[in-house]
Parts: sequence; structure tokens; C-alpha cells
Amino acid sequence: MLEVRNLEVVYDDVMLVLRGVSLRVPEGSVVALLGANGAGKTTLLRALSGLLDVHDGVVTKGSVTLDGEPIHGLRPAQVVRRGISQVMEGRRILAELTVEENLRVGAHTAPRALAANLDRVYGLFPVLRSRRRSVSGYLSGGEQQMLALGRALMAGPRYLLLDEPSLGLAPALVRQIKDLVVEINKQGVTVLLVEQNARMALSIAAHGYVLETGKVVMDRPAAELLSDEDIREFYLGLGAEGAAKSFREVKHYKRRKRWLS
Amino acid sequence: MIETLIRGLGNGSVYALLALGFVIIYKATRVISFAQPSFMIAGAVAVSYLAEITGFYLAVVLAALLVAGVALVIERIAIRPMIGRPVFVIAIISLGVDVVVRVVANGFIGTDVRQVGDPWGFSLVTLGGVTIQQRWIAMFVAAAVLVGLLFLFFRHTRYGLAMRAAAFDQETALAQGVSVGMVFALSWGLAGGLAAIAGTFVGTGQGVDQLTWIIALKALPAIIVGGLDSLGGAVIGGLAIGVVESLAQSYQGDVAPWLGQNFAVVTPYVVMLVVLLVRPYGLFGTPEVERV
Repeated sequence: MLEVRNLEVVYDDVMLVLRGVSLRVPEGSVVALLGANGAGKTTLLRALSGLLDVHDGVVTKGSVTLDGEPIHGLRPAQVVRRGISQVMEGRRILAELTVEENLRVGAHTAPRALAANLDRVYGLFPVLRSRRRSVSGYLSGGEQQMLALGRALMAGPRYLLLDEPSLGLAPALVRQIKDLVVEINKQGVTVLLVEQNARMALSIAAHGYVLETGKVVMDRPAAELLSDEDIREFYLGLGAEGAAKSFREVKHYKRRKRWLS
Repeated sequence: MIETLIRGLGNGSVYALLALGFVIIYKATRVISFAQPSFMIAGAVAVSYLAEITGFYLAVVLAALLVAGVALVIERIAIRPMIGRPVFVIAIISLGVDVVVRVVANGFIGTDVRQVGDPWGFSLVTLGGVTIQQRWIAMFVAAAVLVGLLFLFFRHTRYGLAMRAAAFDQETALAQGVSVGMVFALSWGLAGGLAAIAGTFVGTGQGVDQLTWIIALKALPAIIVGGLDSLGGAVIGGLAIGVVESLAQSYQGDVAPWLGQNFAVVTPYVVMLVVLLVRPYGLFGTPEVERV
């Protein structure tokens, strides 16, 4: 179980981005984390993976525990060794390196399992096997997302943190990525899925959290969230009339009705 | 003519090894380390002492390891705490490191010229009617072998790949579990070892004295010609500088006597200026893309 309790994160000593966030990712599950831009989703993932430091962020309160042991404050390499891998937003593949070199960098902490993990990743993503000698910068967006997923799996993680895997992909590719995430989860990897594509995320998650300006404002089983009026309106773009609302209307609505209590 | 070219390639190999050190550190840390000349001299001095005990070849290996170790320690205590500070600060610290290490190394040289105990000296060999110094061939072969080993290291080993990953995108490398501190240390160690071997070859034949370190400065035009962030560019740049310098040494007196004597000494910088005018990011470097 990966557990976050009352987490508070401050950037540059002044910007309070997470204001007491708590969430639980039970082993074996898929948990979705939804929220608009700037809600603090990526910051939360950074706090889990130890990458806050790179961005001058600090955990000022609360804790992140893995099976009861605190892991906030560990360096990224130690977090990876404990079985938590992150796929960063925007794929972040190493464009100058070949596909296989990217995967081998992912296996940095698990050199002994390299051959086995390589087989597993190529099994999940046959496209990567056929393109393993190509320079990864030349892959298409969907292939790059698969490479980013595969690279994270090369460390043999128990927990996978996915930051917007559907970003910038065509609907058909989003479905493909979704199926792959389900498949990875079936193989025994717990997934924390950060998404703006709420429909996709909630369709595969057991549980969902909604983050707004640094606080968890909703915490429900995914099915309930999917049928929730507010969620339908904000994240699925379906108003009561069934039409997408304009940004202006949404903003106005938001001002009127806040989830923050 | 051929003799001149081979001399140029020999000396150029030494510049290439030094330039590789600069580029490796630059790629890993985005800082130009000015400590390379001191590591070069430290290497040559270490060989000059060790060779008396262990023989030349073993001494070169030991000296390279020794200087790499010194570089690792210096990186850990002087450079690592400065991570996150402006690049300029770290560059100036490396300059200070250079002075300190050089003063210590020069202390071991004393006022005389020290021989590194190489088996070549100024002996000549005649190949197909061309008479050349053996040490030039040795320099070229040694550099070729080292470059080949480096290539394999960056292509196939776990740490080599980690260094390339960190050079391309540090945060991504961190997220894969690569320790960036380890990458910094490795880059300094590699640069130190390469500089030590370069120093040894500078010392073949003529030996080393208190002013030999100046030769290391020719690696600067080499990296600028090749492109700061290109390993291949460093090698090509080094060789090009060596050949141009050698050509100028042989022919400038006849072709352009009005340039005066010893013009060869400044040719590396002339080449650098010309390349900077045409391609400011070097022949193989990455152009800086900046959005306005």
C-alpha cells in the first residue's frame, strides 16, 4: 500500500502547492487522480518519486509511506529501487538514444533482470521490438508513450505512477494506451493514473480522487465519480443539457459553487 | 609533407584526449572545467616517478587511475557542494583547482625537465621512405584505442548509458534511478584519466617542465572547433588543430614569411576564430535554439 497523509508541499519556500493531501493506493489496484491544470497532480507524483528536489520543492508536512515505511525525502534512485517508477508528463524519452538504449537506461537499477524485463516489455509492446535500433526521437507520439511506459517497467516496479499518458494522443491511441495500462495492471503492477482525460481514467480505475488547488475535494469509487453531476460537467464536458460548456461559463460556475469546504 | 601530417595527427591525438575530457565534463555538468591542464601535468609527473619503479606502460595505467582518483576526490569536495550555483561560479572554482593541483605537481617537477621514461624518446622509424618519430605513431594509436574504448563504454555499458541519459535530460535520468552525483563523479574521473594519459604523451621525448601545462590550453580551440557538446567533434577538432599547427610549423616560413617566426603557436586560435565566424556552435555542436 502506497499511502499519502496530509501532504504539504512548498516550492521555492513560498508557493504552497499541496495543502494537506491524503490518498491511498492499495496494492494491485488502479487509482485515478483527476484535476485541472495547476491543481497539484504532478507535484503529488514528484513528492512520491523524489523528484521534488529538482524543482526546489520541499515536503513541509505530512508523509508518504510505502507499506508503512516513510519514503518522502528519499532520493529518486532509492525510490526506484523500492519499486516505484514514474512516467513523467510529456513522455520525456531520450530522443538521441535508440529505443533499446532508452529501455536499458530504464533498467539502470535492475541490471540483473535486464534480459527478462526486456522480453516482457517487448512482449507488451511489439512495436518497440521491431523498432529497437531506431533513434527514439523519430518514433511517433503513440510509440514514444509506449517507450516511456516500457522504460518505466524496465526497473521491474511494483507501483507505476503515470502522468497524463493520453496527453496529445489521438482517440484510437488513447484507447490503446488504456488497454495497455489495464494489461500492465493485470500483470501485478499497481497503477496511480494522473489524467485530465477523466473518462478514460475512471473507466479503468477502481477508485478516484479529485484534486483542486492543492486539496482533495472528492474521494469516491470510480463508478460513483463517473455518474457524479459535477464531474460530468467539469471533466467529461457534459452539462445537464448534455452540451459542452464554454470556458467562461465554467469559470463563472466555479466561482459560484466551490467544492472546497 | 607526410611527415608533417603524421606529426600533426600525433600531437592532435593529445589535444583530442584533453578535449574529450572537457566535453565529457561539459556534457554531464554543463560546466567547462579549467582543471584539465593540471590533471595533464599531474599525470605526466606521476608517470615520471612511477616509471622508475614499475616500467613505463604500467606507470601510465597507474598514473591514469591515480589522477582519476584525485579528480574524483576534488569533484566530491570542491564541485559537488556547488551544484545548483551559477555555472560561472563552478568554472572559477575549477580554475582555482587547476592552480592548486598544478602548483603541487610542479613542486614535484622542480626546476629541471623530468623525463617520463617512455621507450620512444626521439627515435625515428622509416616507413615506405617517410621518416617519422615513433612517438607520434604511439600517440595516435593510444588515442585511437582510448577513443574506441570510450565509444564502447558510452554505447554498451550501464554507466555509459546513464551518463548519456543524464547529459540529455537530467530529470529523466533521475526518474530512471540514475544517480546524478555518480554521473558527475564519473565525468570528472574519466576526464582526469584522459588528461593524465595525454600528459604522458606530451612528455614523451621532450619531457615535462614547469611550463608544459600550456599545451593543454590548445584543447580549448579543439573543443570550440568540434562543438562543446560533441565527443566526435572533440576528436576531430583535436586532430584538426594538431594538423593545422604542424603544417604551419613546416610551411609558414616559406609561404608567408611576413607572419614572422613561430606563427604556428597561434594557429589553433586562428582556426578557432574562423570556425566561430562560420559556425558559432562548432562543426558538430548543437545549435542553441532560443525563442525570442
